[in-house]
Amino acid sequence: MVLSEGTIPEHENVSPAVTVRGSRRLFAGRFEIFPIMHEDLNWAIGGEAGDGIDSTGKIFARALSRAGRHVYTSKDFASRIRGGYTAYKIRTAVEPVESVVDRLDVLIALTERTIDENLAELHEGSVIIYDGEQATMQGVDVPEEMIGLDVPLQRLAEDAGGAIMRNVVALGAACEVAAFPIENLDEALEKRFGDKGRAIVENNREAARLGQEYVRENYDHDFGYGLETTDNDYVLLNGDEAIGMGAIAAGCRFYAGYPITPATDIMEYLTGRIEQFGGAVVQAEDELAAINLALGAARAGARSMTGTSGPGIDLMSETFGLVATTETPLVIANVMRSGPSTGMPTKQGQEDLNMMLYGGHGEIPRFVLAPTTIAECFHKTIEAFNLAEKYQVPVYLTADLSMAVTERTYEPEEFDMDAVEIERGKVVDGGDVEEWLDDQGRFRAHAATEDGVSPRAFPGTTDGAHMTTGLEHDELGRRTEDEDVRVEQVQKRQRKVETAREREDFEPREFGDPNADTLVLTWGSNEGAIREAMAQLDEVSVRLLSVPYIHPRPDLTEAVEAAEDVLVVEANATGQFADLIEQDTLERVQRINKYTGVRFKADELAAEIRDAVAKTEVTQ
Amino acid sequence: MSSDVHFTDFKSDKQPTWCPGCGDFGTMNGMMKALSETGNHPDETFLVAGIGCSGKIGTYMHSYALHGVHGRALPVGTGVKIANPDLEVMVAGGDGDGYSIGVGHFIHAVRRNVDMTYVVMDNRIYGLTKGQASPTSREDFETSTSPEGTNVPPVNPKALALSAGATFIAQSFSSDSQRHTELVRQAIEHDGFGFVNVYSPCVTFNDVDTYDYFRGSIVDLEDTDHDSGSFDQAKDRILDSDKEYIGVLYQDDDSVPYSEREGIEGSMADIPDGAPDGATDLVREFY
Ligand SMILES: Cc1ncc(C[n+]2csc(CCOP(=O)(O)OP(=O)(O)O)c2C)c(N)n1
Ligand code: SF4
Ligand SMILES: [Mg+2]
Repeated sequence: MVLSEGTIPEHENVSPAVTVRGSRRLFAGRFEIFPIMHEDLNWAIGGEAGDGIDSTGKIFARALSRAGRHVYTSKDFASRIRGGYTAYKIRTAVEPVESVVDRLDVLIALTERTIDENLAELHEGSVIIYDGEQATMQGVDVPEEMIGLDVPLQRLAEDAGGAIMRNVVALGAACEVAAFPIENLDEALEKRFGDKGRAIVENNREAARLGQEYVRENYDHDFGYGLETTDNDYVLLNGDEAIGMGAIAAGCRFYAGYPITPATDIMEYLTGRIEQFGGAVVQAEDELAAINLALGAARAGARSMTGTSGPGIDLMSETFGLVATTETPLVIANVMRSGPSTGMPTKQGQEDLNMMLYGGHGEIPRFVLAPTTIAECFHKTIEAFNLAEKYQVPVYLTADLSMAVTERTYEPEEFDMDAVEIERGKVVDGGDVEEWLDDQGRFRAHAATEDGVSPRAFPGTTDGAHMTTGLEHDELGRRTEDEDVRVEQVQKRQRKVETAREREDFEPREFGDPNADTLVLTWGSNEGAIREAMAQLDEVSVRLLSVPYIHPRPDLTEAVEAAEDVLVVEANATGQFADLIEQDTLERVQRINKYTGVRFKADELAAEIRDAVAKTEVTQ
Repeated sequence: MSSDVHFTDFKSDKQPTWCPGCGDFGTMNGMMKALSETGNHPDETFLVAGIGCSGKIGTYMHSYALHGVHGRALPVGTGVKIANPDLEVMVAGGDGDGYSIGVGHFIHAVRRNVDMTYVVMDNRIYGLTKGQASPTSREDFETSTSPEGTNVPPVNPKALALSAGATFIAQSFSSDSQRHTELVRQAIEHDGFGFVNVYSPCVTFNDVDTYDYFRGSIVDLEDTDHDSGSFDQAKDRILDSDKEYIGVLYQDDDSVPYSEREGIEGSMADIPDGAPDGATDLVREFY
């Protein structure tokens, strides 16, 4: 099941479908086990918020990654029913994984509800690890076709030195179930608890071993998993971290933000790190302030950034026009979640495309970049800073919840710092400022040049002093209502977009069969799930164009005209990207929309694509 | 450099369109004088102006400047100064800009104590929008939007500042040119957030808070035994609604400005052509 490839960038790995290899019937003790042997594993730990779910999940993810296995994680924050439930899910394989599937093989359930929440994903032979000695777990009812492992997590943790380590006991038990060498946990535990002292690390290692031994002694059998390890060294990071690291790599020195899920991780990542590179993070009093703080830093010449999610974008739209009309380079990260209003704050959504394209009164060019993978979050952040400065525009860098808070493994070379190039555009210094003075020695900060880009003098540059304003202004940055000057300034700002189109490569990422009749178009984080869906679709050959440049964007007319079925996949109800494609190409497209708040899954996308194509065949 | 900068170097060639007699003329002149007297240069000064009649100052002065969105001047100035602590940063705006739409930012700017100067041209009216009540308008002040008075007590910005941890609070009067210049100069020289509220009368829309009114009621703290280092005395003067004091109400000599506290040195504008040294360590952290 190898993916047919179009132009796959070198740094991207081809992802296989769910690989289910081998088949063997197991009789072990009183269990009859689902007759498959898994090379990949879908694992989860779930409980109440505050149970340390996230950090335990991360320890296991890191252990897998250190053992040379690929990992893709996802999080369930809140419930379909009521608050409190949270889970950390891991999909791991030797080959790269970049999507979630509807399957759960091993579940550590700290609460009864964790089992209920995951019933749809659990299957015959799934293993559920729980602590039957807990009062709340007395009534646990493990479905007959599944395997319940009742492990006294808390008691064993106490034996190891403290009840607080019960999740780590569970990790040890899970290692035994998955036949994953427990030594791999050691380094991850060191990383997590190292700063708390040797004793704590050792206690945790002991706790894990107690969990492992308990399963070995009490449930003596082979669960059918054999998690192969490799010598590969991977790094494990989420989209927000990739954006933060990209920002530092790009020379960003100033970040202002107001906490909001799922963008906060960017600010938290930068805090404590950017300072080491001479920068600062300011926690603003609100997003109105955040964007103005970032604007001020950018006017001072710093590479500057702010970040938020939908509700914050609403507030920032007040100042967006000011940033754009003063031609200030600024990167605004919009990590989308589900709206409108407060919506579903911890759920996936790609609903703010129109807001980014059209938000703010008046007409003003802006750039919108939408990285399609976690690694691309890093690369596109660097590109966003370069574009912002080269064209002196605000750049929306938009990720979404499912990418922002999802950890994924990569080869470290993917984040090659030596390859980073900084392009600052038309910055003038003491030497060349003179070229840009008018006959009275005044700096022409908004000079209407041929390419639309004006010179930029950082404060402190001799003879460069100038003002700029949100009022319509002349080339000196001073207020005007002169008709000719107004038209000239509108056109010069607009011209920057044309210049960028000419100079930059705003190409989509292409996968699959370039000659396929079925064309799938998407933007943002859906790329991975679609690629895995394609690998499942033996009978339908698909060409995928995954578009990271929303504005300015590539012209997809030829591709759309050449295809029989054009399917546009996005996580919103109305099809905002599909609207753009129809507007650009004057062709009708089919829409695959998901707005449940849950990310696209490979299996369901495969079914959707299959259905859509079948429907066309019937009507023909 | 101080000796060869004249205050007129801070003047642009745009002629102000303020009404003849507007207090903002005097306010601006004092700012330009204070800037030159403190050895600043237009090429190393950044002025952020609010929106209002007062905000037009960005056009009439010469320096690096941004005339932004109504109420958001302080965050912009804060960003400029943090990104380049070598610049002299001055923020100027009206009472509506600073104490109504921007009052949230005012409190937080005070708390951060960034080393910059904030001059509020307080005319107790909305000038640019032609005469509506402002947050500092008196309770019985009749305007187009408050025909029977505002019926709410005015904001006391100096009290807000003091309670938010201000390290420098001064009040001046635009027509007392020498004293006003002196107070702005002290605010510039202060190591931290220098806040100067300026009585800057609107001759067109405010017939209550006039030059005559201020001349008749102002008490200069210099003529009293006021100790500006005393928080309690500052509090008493600031809450005394019977008098219009001018002078330095409060100054904390132990003030540590933001950049010093956070260890920020030099301009953030200077960056290498590639990723900064040590960036690869960031990747290693993710092992
Ligand atoms: C968001 C927004 N709301 C309203 C306005 C209209 N507006 C411009 S200036 C102003 C008030 C000005 O009052 P003040 O800050 O006291 O300045 P003054 O004109 O008195 O100097 C208002 C309401 C605006 N520009 N922006
Ligand atoms: S309206 Fe008032 S504040 Fe505005 S310029 Fe005229 S006098 Fe000055
Ligand atoms: Mg006013």
